[in-house]
Amino acid sequence: MLFRSGRKLGDTATLGALLCSFVTKRSESTLKVCVVGSGPAGFYTTAQILKQLGSTARVDILDRLPTPFGLVRSGVAPDHPDTKNVINQYTQIGLDSRVSYFGNVTVGTDVQLSRLRRLYHAVVLAYGAESNIQLKVPGEDLHGVYSARQFVWWYNAHPDHRNLPIDLSKIRRVAIFGMGNVALDCARVLLQPPPRLGTTDIAEHALRQLRDSAVERVDIIGRRGPVQASFTAKELRELLKLEGVRVVVDPDQLRVTETDEVEMKASRAKRRIFDIMKSSLDASSNTSGRQLHLHFLRTLKGIQGDEQGAVSSLQLERNELRTAADGSQRPAGTGEMEHLPADLVLGSIGYRCNPLEGAPFDERRGIIPNRGGRVLQAGSSEPDPGLYVAGWVKRGPTGIIGTNLTDAQETVAAILQDAQSLSAPADDAPSLQQVLQESGVQAVSGAYDSSLVHNLQQKDRCPQP
Amino acid sequence: MWLYGLTVDMLQPLLSLRHAFNYFSTTSSPSADDSIQVTFFDEKDGSETTVAVPLGENLLEAAHNNEIDLEGACEGSLACSTCHVIVQDPDLYAKLPEPDDDENDMLDLAYGLTETSRLGCQVLATKELDGMKVRIPSATRNFAVDGYVPKPH
Repeated sequence: MLFRSGRKLGDTATLGALLCSFVTKRSESTLKVCVVGSGPAGFYTTAQILKQLGSTARVDILDRLPTPFGLVRSGVAPDHPDTKNVINQYTQIGLDSRVSYFGNVTVGTDVQLSRLRRLYHAVVLAYGAESNIQLKVPGEDLHGVYSARQFVWWYNAHPDHRNLPIDLSKIRRVAIFGMGNVALDCARVLLQPPPRLGTTDIAEHALRQLRDSAVERVDIIGRRGPVQASFTAKELRELLKLEGVRVVVDPDQLRVTETDEVEMKASRAKRRIFDIMKSSLDASSNTSGRQLHLHFLRTLKGIQGDEQGAVSSLQLERNELRTAADGSQRPAGTGEMEHLPADLVLGSIGYRCNPLEGAPFDERRGIIPNRGGRVLQAGSSEPDPGLYVAGWVKRGPTGIIGTNLTDAQETVAAILQDAQSLSAPADDAPSLQQVLQESGVQAVSGAYDSSLVHNLQQKDRCPQP
Repeated sequence: MWLYGLTVDMLQPLLSLRHAFNYFSTTSSPSADDSIQVTFFDEKDGSETTVAVPLGENLLEAAHNNEIDLEGACEGSLACSTCHVIVQDPDLYAKLPEPDDDENDMLDLAYGLTETSRLGCQVLATKELDGMKVRIPSATRNFAVDGYVPKPH
């Protein structure tokens, strides 16, 4: 089943087999693919198409921003430069003669998806999650309440939120709701000694504010317990090692249930994270300086403001964990309330994808409904030929950069399987460039600076760690 | 022993894959005094390649120098887990220096973690590792042929 005998395929195995038959039948004609979005999902998809289709591949990558690389640029924290090394690999892909980049083009506004689909054999939507889950509590619209996504885009100079009206010189206490790596990134940026951030690619406006910051304390709050926290060990240890920052966790909140023990036994990562947290408590002797408090088992019930309409405190309800029918632990309110002062509140409970006109959208799951990367027709379980998804818009906003590699491989495998039945663009179909020019869209093309390429070529591909 | 870490239902097809691809395996020149032999088994396409790795070189570099498909998104800076490899022989695994906290943090995020998992960029070629075989795990094995769907992470 896995390997059909009788075919001598060389070393590229099964995908290669499909490809061979495809290439032969199409008599060396090209397969034109449009990838919407230039983050990890978009670039890994492009890389796979190039690899699998060889000289017959043509890929146009579109992004609504002038600049490529999506969340590698606007999501990864500035003090994680190594994580951004992957940009070098993406740049090489972008420089490939079979690939064209069109920045500053918004699909749905500058060009409709239906129009795009007539220009290509296949369109892959890889535009990610550019919105976020709302806190949905009274007071969410007060001045000083933002999503962590807005805050991250602010310090990473994303054009949408570089002007976020924040004045850190007047903020003493920050509350972040949510227990993932984005929450920890925000806390680390806020608490880190500014000189350390000065050597990073953080936005200049953010660095100026952080130098003048009055922030003394950050509280991170989550609904479930320490074992269910979704941050990872690296980010936790970075917080615990921050110079001049005292990390505080109520030892009562680190008591684990029997189900917690089962969860930790099943996951090496959970066990390590919990052990790191527990040992940090014993080691924490730093009593002065800035403070970071982790609060588990708390649900945000409301946000209170002052007379000027600015946030002043949070109302939290204590939770306990109850085991649901499926074995997972869910928070249940105990009715006990507490208040926590805050001058800035960041909601960090998850990203969310935006729908796109011309593609179906599953409101409940917040993704484009698909099977293995093939977009399904609205209200149907049948695929819509020629339309595909990759990355967060396919599987939801979770995972790390590398997760998109596997994700893209699956989507490209689906495209290859379908290749022979995809409708080709009409012989007289214009190029995307012509379409954009006719509509007066100022696309940024060839965004790769030659000096950058030179630097890349000088760089050792695999430096010793 | 080299199938360590695979579930039972995967064994049979993989055995046939291994057999089928022995035909296509490439072997580089025999090891000299200053290099060792390392075999990469790529689970994605079943290919197996034996290469000479100079002493002191890491497995990510070795893979790239020999056009073996091992990702290295962060370029060996311990900021990702894409160069995850599984050492097939537990005895050889035990001869490696233990992974440090930074490597373990990344391994926690790797697909298909096993007891003998390492990051390729952290495994340096030494004499005692001569003949080592590592598996490059893949979630996307044979999508195209039988619609194999990876288990969620």
